[in-house]
Amino acid sequence: MIRIVDYGVGNIQAFMTMFKRLGIDATRARSADELEGATRLVLPGVGAFDHAMNLLNQSGMRPRLEEMVLERQVPVIGICVGMQMLASGSDEGEIAGLNWVPGRVKALASHPLSKDLPMPHMGWNDIRIKPGQKLFADFEPDPRFYFLHSYYFDALDKQDVSATAEYGHDFDCIVSRGNIHGVQCHPEKSHHFGAQLLKNFAVL
Amino acid sequence: MLRPRIIPCLLVHKGGLVKTQRFGSPKYVGDPINAVKIFNEKESDELMVLDIDATVNKVEPNYALIAKLAAECRMPLCYGGGVTTAEQASRIIDLGVEKVSVSSAAVADPALLSRMAEAIGRQSVVAVLDVRKKGGLFGKGYELSTHNSKTSHKVDPAAFAQQLQAAGAGEIVINSIDRDGEMKGYDIELAKQMRAAVKVPLTILGGAGSLDHVSELLGACGVIGAAAGSLFVFKGQYRAVLINYPTHKQKDDLCRAALRAHDKA
Repeated sequence: MIRIVDYGVGNIQAFMTMFKRLGIDATRARSADELEGATRLVLPGVGAFDHAMNLLNQSGMRPRLEEMVLERQVPVIGICVGMQMLASGSDEGEIAGLNWVPGRVKALASHPLSKDLPMPHMGWNDIRIKPGQKLFADFEPDPRFYFLHSYYFDALDKQDVSATAEYGHDFDCIVSRGNIHGVQCHPEKSHHFGAQLLKNFAVL
Repeated sequence: MLRPRIIPCLLVHKGGLVKTQRFGSPKYVGDPINAVKIFNEKESDELMVLDIDATVNKVEPNYALIAKLAAECRMPLCYGGGVTTAEQASRIIDLGVEKVSVSSAAVADPALLSRMAEAIGRQSVVAVLDVRKKGGLFGKGYELSTHNSKTSHKVDPAAFAQQLQAAGAGEIVINSIDRDGEMKGYDIELAKQMRAAVKVPLTILGGAGSLDHVSELLGACGVIGAAAGSLFVFKGQYRAVLINYPTHKQKDDLCRAALRAHDKA
């Protein structure tokens, strides 16, 4: 059973619709007790980093989440700002992140090769995947995903990076460290490319 | 590489989908949910749905309809129509919509965009500007309009778009009133002016009648959004209703050729 962490931010409904269509059992969790029984966790997020972190911290779910993810090793996928929250912190805000995957969130425009490009980075972009990852099983050639963001997760340990995308410069767009995964793009809105990724996550 | 976005734009009027010409004579083209289902199957890049009644009738956005659209839509969805507050925008995002657009409310109060950006993030804030060529014998340049082209504003659209971008817009959509439903091509001159003026992602709407018109726009402006209504709901010169959208291959070929032309220019 997949539980989508509903702490007040993000497009929960889009995930519910997508999982339902894939025939995968998923419900939303609004409290620590509702997280229990999850065999997979989805951590969504949109908007500003501090806003999302504040709401998660106030949700009463964080201690249980940390126990499930860090001790019981339940697979988790952070999506968009949910991926950014895996970092130690963000240049967009002041509040500390979850610090589950070593790295920091930076502005795309802070890079000299990207600073003159339109921001946010909006639209369909190709991703370059590291071969052999279960998350990318049965991917067709030239996978593309929908992006909508101005900040990105810069992984400290590049071993954790499983895909990159190019917008002025190459940036980390998917990370995997043990049971913890993060994707910057929106698999729930990326047609069959995204459906395949979520399907793979469900059977990791 | 980031690809240009090719975006069907659907207009909601009295609960059904319509297509207008020069913002008038709405023609019924079908049911909104059914259209979303077809664009899901065709895997369109994004979808834009504008309720053209809400602002004119001074009513709140139709949340029940938005919830249904969002639940059905498997591509990024931009909704516009009747939004006047950041709270309304938040509520729409919570229903599962990626982007919320405002037009007349932003013209009346550009600070609305700052409040929306605060609430839902700049990446989800879209400003739609309805633009037309100035009329009269000595008319030169463009002017801004709201309320389905009934109200004119004496401001320069490019300068105003910059103001909205500074206020918090994450995307600017330029809708050409003169080209709406004409299917004779985009206003390329207007598109180029706006591309030069704004730094956020830009989408041009109004005039596309064929994929060649989309190529022409991308060739002139590079990676931008090309939105269209008639092109994706009508087939042939008699405007028979037939929802259509290019295949991935058609789109890839079109974009590759157009961007090559753009790089050469």
